[in-house]
Amino acid sequence: MSKTRRIFCLTAAVSAIALAAAACGAPDDEGEDRGAVPDDATDCGNYEQYGDLEGETVSILGSIRDAEADEMMEAWSYFESCTKATIEYEGTGEFESDMKVRVDGGNAPDIALFPQPGLMSTFKDDLKPASDAVKELATEGWTEDWLNYGTIDGELYAAPHSSNAKSFIWYSPTYFSDNGYEIPQTWDELIALSDTMVANGIQPWCAGFESGGATGWPGTDWIEDIVLREGTDVYDQWVTHAIPFNDPQIVTAIDKAGTILQNNDYIYGGTDTISSTAFQEAGYPILDGSCAMSRQASFYGAMWPAETNVAEDGDVFAFRFPESNEGDNTMLVGGEFVAAFSDSEATDAVRQFLASELYHNARLQTGPWSTARQGVDPANATTPINQYATEILTDPAVTVRFDGSDLMPGSVGASSFWTGIVQWVDGDKTSQQMADDIENSWP
Amino acid sequence: MNISDLTDRFGLLAVGLIAFAVILLALYGLAELASRNNRGRWVAAVFLSPAIIFLLVGLVYPAIRTITMSFFSGDGSEFVGMENYAWAVTDPDALQTLINTALWIIVVPALSTVCGLVYAVLVDGRRGERIYKALVFLPMGISFVGASIIWKFVYQYKSSGTQIGLLNQVMTWFGGSPVNWLNNSPMNNFLLMVVLVWIEVGFATVVLSAALKGVPNEIVEAARIDGATPTEIFWHVTVPSIRSAIIVVAVTVFIATLKLFDIVRAMTGGHHGTDVLAHNMWDQAFRLGNDGRGATMAVLLFALVIPVVIYQVRNMRRQELEGR
Repeated sequence: MSKTRRIFCLTAAVSAIALAAAACGAPDDEGEDRGAVPDDATDCGNYEQYGDLEGETVSILGSIRDAEADEMMEAWSYFESCTKATIEYEGTGEFESDMKVRVDGGNAPDIALFPQPGLMSTFKDDLKPASDAVKELATEGWTEDWLNYGTIDGELYAAPHSSNAKSFIWYSPTYFSDNGYEIPQTWDELIALSDTMVANGIQPWCAGFESGGATGWPGTDWIEDIVLREGTDVYDQWVTHAIPFNDPQIVTAIDKAGTILQNNDYIYGGTDTISSTAFQEAGYPILDGSCAMSRQASFYGAMWPAETNVAEDGDVFAFRFPESNEGDNTMLVGGEFVAAFSDSEATDAVRQFLASELYHNARLQTGPWSTARQGVDPANATTPINQYATEILTDPAVTVRFDGSDLMPGSVGASSFWTGIVQWVDGDKTSQQMADDIENSWP
Repeated sequence: MNISDLTDRFGLLAVGLIAFAVILLALYGLAELASRNNRGRWVAAVFLSPAIIFLLVGLVYPAIRTITMSFFSGDGSEFVGMENYAWAVTDPDALQTLINTALWIIVVPALSTVCGLVYAVLVDGRRGERIYKALVFLPMGISFVGASIIWKFVYQYKSSGTQIGLLNQVMTWFGGSPVNWLNNSPMNNFLLMVVLVWIEVGFATVVLSAALKGVPNEIVEAARIDGATPTEIFWHVTVPSIRSAIIVVAVTVFIATLKLFDIVRAMTGGHHGTDVLAHNMWDQAFRLGNDGRGATMAVLLFALVIPVVIYQVRNMRRQELEGR
């Protein structure tokens, strides 16, 4: 056996071990929480309006992957089998850069599911506005707040797809009832409750901002939640840069977040653990009563350990982030927008389908999901938290604002805001310094 | 894959090969047609033209366009002069990127070459030398992304519970508390460098070990007879004899370090003060959508590589002259 051959074999062995190691670290895809196949969705009579699309192929690019993508494609499969159209879905972990390369290279997908409306608007010249049929479905299906985020320069380009509620504080219902705690309705009540908990000997808040290369984003949601509750006008001006990032109102809001996040009596394990605690595990101490509350979006319902009962009468559930001003009814949201780079008949049919009540009801049943589509039955959601989120999201009385960091330019919302919040929560920067630095990075 | 797919694919390959042969023949025919007296020049021109066209399209044009783009704004719509360059040397994040790159290109080539040389000298002529060399050469066979994933597991951090990262498990065994290695700047930069050094030491060892074998025994013996100590022999005989191999190793690792992208991308995404030029160039242009700044970073990278390439070419020329 020659030397090179020996080296080759050893290398192959090492690579195999590396692969195995990579496989061990991969999250488990579990098929639980699957609902029954919806009846309406499988009835081809409901798809007649789209006509016969035999031989047509529509390509869709999105950031959704793994189990969630499978559940989404399951909801699409009924459309495909009834209309004979083919939907080619591609999920990417590098959505921002892939979109730019594809569009600049003249190789754009027919439809893209944009998680950031800000990013979507940079492709305005290549996007096709929504057709009248899509517009009609969108106006029927979503509140004006939502449609604003799919609108560029007064023209509707995209209807929303999924939606998730971000202004949630996770807590343990049993722990609250055992100790006689009430769910706080206002910011002052929230602080009063936290103080009571401190007096009773626990550190009430769990927080973790660590998320690998995106470390810091859970912190941006905190600031957004507080700015939004100072007033929707301030919030809108802030995300569109009509007021600077270091406006005194914003600095005050950051300080207000600091009353919790920079308070060593409040934070479980101390404030210096926040930036290095993984957001996925941040809320776990709630389960054993080590802390009482953790602020995280509705999708956190899927991140609890497997045996956790996530329900209003279970181990953990969420209440809405309290309002600062009386009479406000606000919700910070995230979600995707269905934008098209092609105006072919098949593409338009798919867009209409994705905006239809039929699809949104079906998708609620194929896996954990929440939506803001008017007319869906929240009871179709497969988990209690998604049902709760869908109830809030479809309530027209709720004022909805999109996650600000997804609306700001990438160099702020996906870069300097993240780093700023980490430095701030570590105590390396004051609220003013952090806001000044982020303002300077605004392109 | 069924048979028709295979015939489709290989059919296409055959067409491609035939077309290639036809083009070559046509070129040769063209050269044949040229008049006898300046035939040499014609033949050269005809056969060089494909290479020149590819160079123009694939290298010269993109280089000019990148340089032009670096003087324009993020979306390429307006001329901003030197603004992007001013940003590159004043913005704290961009400066951090430049400082990190400087650290990388100093530490990694130096460490790789020194470790490789020491290792090569230590195992030279020993029993089982081949196995020792194979062991250190193994990481060369792993792709940068693969290596990054392996090391990311080594540095893996969990704030509580069972550690799945080797380093943090060792920390807890010795009674320490787990450290979030990859999030702590500037330490994380050096932890990333370890990955590249781990890969490149094998290359350095193999090349330098081969060079060591080429050092004539006579001069080593002569030095020994003259009473030189092993240290003196190493510094005054061995190192000068393999000087050119050391330079080749250092320069190759230097260039690999300068264009380093994969490790930073796969391990930290350039966050927490670990960004380097080649990664920031991509990040600016593709993720943050600022073509101007991306192009500026590319030009800076280009400017940094040129002196090294010139040095390397000169070095090679001198060697060729010496060889004659």
